Amino acid sequence: MAVLRNGLLLAVISGALWGAIAMIVFGVTFALVSGAPAQPSVNAAALAGLLGALVLMVRTPEQRSLTLRFLSAAVVLVVLFTASFAHPFGLGLDVAPLWQIAATLLIVGSVSFTNWACLHDAGRGAMRRYDFEKILIRIFKGFGFVFFTVIVALPFYVLVMTSLKSQQSLLANPLDFSVDFSGGFSGLFRSYGELFTQFNFGRYLLISSIVSVATVILTLLFSVPGAYAVSRLRFPGRAVLSRSILLIYMVPAIVLVIPLYAVFSQLGLRNTMAGLLIIYPATTIPVALYMLQGYFQGLPAELEEAGLMDGLSRLGVIIKITLPLSLPAMASVSLYVFMIAWNEFLFAFMFLDDPDIFTLSRGVVSLNSSEVPRQHLMAGAVIATLPVLGIFLWFERYMVQGLTAGSVKG
Amino acid sequence: MSSIEPTSGPPKGTGPMQRREARLAYAMLAPTFLIIATIVLIPLLANFWISFKPVQLGDLRPPTPVANERLRGDATAVGDQIRVEYRLRNSSRQRAIADVVMTDSWPSGLAVNDLDPRCTLENQNLRCELGNLEGGYRERLKIEATVEQAFLDSPIKPRDSKPVMTGDSENILTNAELTLENFRKVFAASEFWSVLKVTIYYTVFGTAGALILGLFAALLMNQAFRGRAILRGLFLFPYVAPVIAVAFTWVVLLDPFSGALNAILQQMGAAGGPINFFGQREASFTLLGLEFSFPLALTTVIAFEAWRYFPLSFLFILARMQSISGDMYEAAEMDGATPLQQFWYLSLPQLAGILSVLFLLRFIWTFNKFDDIFLLTGGGAGTRTLTVDVYEQGFALANLGAGAAVAVVVFVVLFTFSVIYFRFSPKDEG
Repeated sequence: MAVLRNGLLLAVISGALWGAIAMIVFGVTFALVSGAPAQPSVNAAALAGLLGALVLMVRTPEQRSLTLRFLSAAVVLVVLFTASFAHPFGLGLDVAPLWQIAATLLIVGSVSFTNWACLHDAGRGAMRRYDFEKILIRIFKGFGFVFFTVIVALPFYVLVMTSLKSQQSLLANPLDFSVDFSGGFSGLFRSYGELFTQFNFGRYLLISSIVSVATVILTLLFSVPGAYAVSRLRFPGRAVLSRSILLIYMVPAIVLVIPLYAVFSQLGLRNTMAGLLIIYPATTIPVALYMLQGYFQGLPAELEEAGLMDGLSRLGVIIKITLPLSLPAMASVSLYVFMIAWNEFLFAFMFLDDPDIFTLSRGVVSLNSSEVPRQHLMAGAVIATLPVLGIFLWFERYMVQGLTAGSVKG
Repeated sequence: MSSIEPTSGPPKGTGPMQRREARLAYAMLAPTFLIIATIVLIPLLANFWISFKPVQLGDLRPPTPVANERLRGDATAVGDQIRVEYRLRNSSRQRAIADVVMTDSWPSGLAVNDLDPRCTLENQNLRCELGNLEGGYRERLKIEATVEQAFLDSPIKPRDSKPVMTGDSENILTNAELTLENFRKVFAASEFWSVLKVTIYYTVFGTAGALILGLFAALLMNQAFRGRAILRGLFLFPYVAPVIAVAFTWVVLLDPFSGALNAILQQMGAAGGPINFFGQREASFTLLGLEFSFPLALTTVIAFEAWRYFPLSFLFILARMQSISGDMYEAAEMDGATPLQQFWYLSLPQLAGILSVLFLLRFIWTFNKFDDIFLLTGGGAGTRTLTVDVYEQGFALANLGAGAAVAVVVFVVLFTFSVIYFRFSPKDEG
């Protein structure tokens, strides 16, 4: 092992890894943006990055000058072109030349930058284990950032871009995600327009909003008194109750679907908003109660006792003292419950057959058929995603608190 | 969750004040308890009940007696013979209806020649007590009559009044007919054991994948840098977005013919032809001359699960990491511990508690998951888990009883997990 703890090994790892990653990321981006049938030569880029990194290692860390960095970048460029036989993207240089130049420069620049960032203080020969691991971790952390960003961003990018395409261009070249402005603004957003005019998505949006907001209100109305009782009042069975709250939301929804379906069918509650507004709060109240109870316990009881001494009733204490103090928790709970209700799929799918009462989730599922073009499905998915992501980004702090407190629920 | 110590309230002993406090607490909890009982606890018990009943999806519509009225013969002159026919049937083929009574108003001016013994006619009101109608029952009840002048004058025709049928049918959900047939069918089916195996694979690897990805993401973010808040927000996207949106995005992205990922893989020469990620049961690859095969669709679904739920583990683990005191690392640093040693000997033991709690909770929730697989593959290509099987049996095959029986299996397995969780969960976490 000790033999391997060598600056050169780090240079090989860093150079080859970053060369390959830069080529994959920028090569694929180039293909996606320009629509050209690119065939990025990953091996050539890995070799280029490796040799570029080795150039840096010619000198000791103190002697590495700016000139050396430029030399390293030049080596990357030259090797990239030589090893790929002047076809870094598997294309003739006359195809989308500007894009090719831009992608090449980005690759050379990013490889040089990351090599320098990773290796600038790496010695040439044998290294202490501490330093070796520090640089190794640095390399892999960099890789981690790229990896996570790509796996998260790529699907969402594809989601948005597909919704802006037409069926023909989608089938002609699945990799062409360039934005086509030839149809103008209305041409670009045609799928969205059709969803709102022909597929009734305005109504679904309204119903989803009503159902989600009503669920939040109902959930708070039920869970605030309950949470207060569990966290502040003494009564026989309290310990059992506060533990069994968790158990309740371990009950899988799918187990409840068959009996509820049977009963709702016979009572005529299927295809009604009332049916959803009975079920949704019931599934969110335990989570909300659990989250609020934890928060109420953290509030100083002395404040409430003072309120009681001054002649407030219990209800007065809750309204005038506890609730104002727990506004942040209420915000977290509300946002979390809103998200659950907005995203809910199973019950909406089972209990709604009538397009007049579809929620957005249910409406998007109804687009998943061979008669409806894919870009409509994606546009529907974007419409369902945007409000909840917007709220999430706007209130990220509260939302994150809600997720952390409630995320025992899936 | 720590056990709760009362921070306020009266002294010990049950005085009137304490009783009042308890009453208040019960009153405040009553609405919650009521709604949870009706939507969670009672349906849970009802599910056990249904699992022992031979009930089909179609049985939810109760059997009803149906009557159609027909007129045979011409009524053009006084003395014409006509026949009023009631076509009676039971809407259900299997189940009987008891105490069926048909009532209809009888047109004036129509003299009945011969009345069926089950019927009575009083003041133009016809009432027939038909008794029990077996399942699939059909009959034509005929009443011969002679036309009189009043009938010809009257604008009211026999068919203007619809016959009304009443009867008692047993509700299939509440009768006492019980059977073990559902369970026998579920356990005897050859696919049940493969479904169970798929469920376990999905749950174990999906949970582990989400946890490991979350741990790595938390390690990345456990340091201050510019843009960290933005990146953290981005990392949470997969979980915050609606399941329908991300599931369909994956379906479109991985589509064998028009999907971007397949196009990328083929263009870069990583795949020879289109790969049907969600539709192909088995895939094999050659490594070092050995051929390995693995369940492709199941692996893709597990990858989706890990992708969608890593943000949760990420948040939890990051929160725990940030609460670890920095002193310990400084001391380790002084002693010359390397970064990997610090992670292995300091961070991991500190994270063990949260990791084990997360594993159990995610395990339970992954096991419960229905939406994801249902939307991605519909349970095809070897990805059918127990929860998807509930839907498959109960709704796709329209056998509610069998679906409920699978749901009972789900619940029993889950209950065991929950007991384990509450037995072993550290008291200071969660």
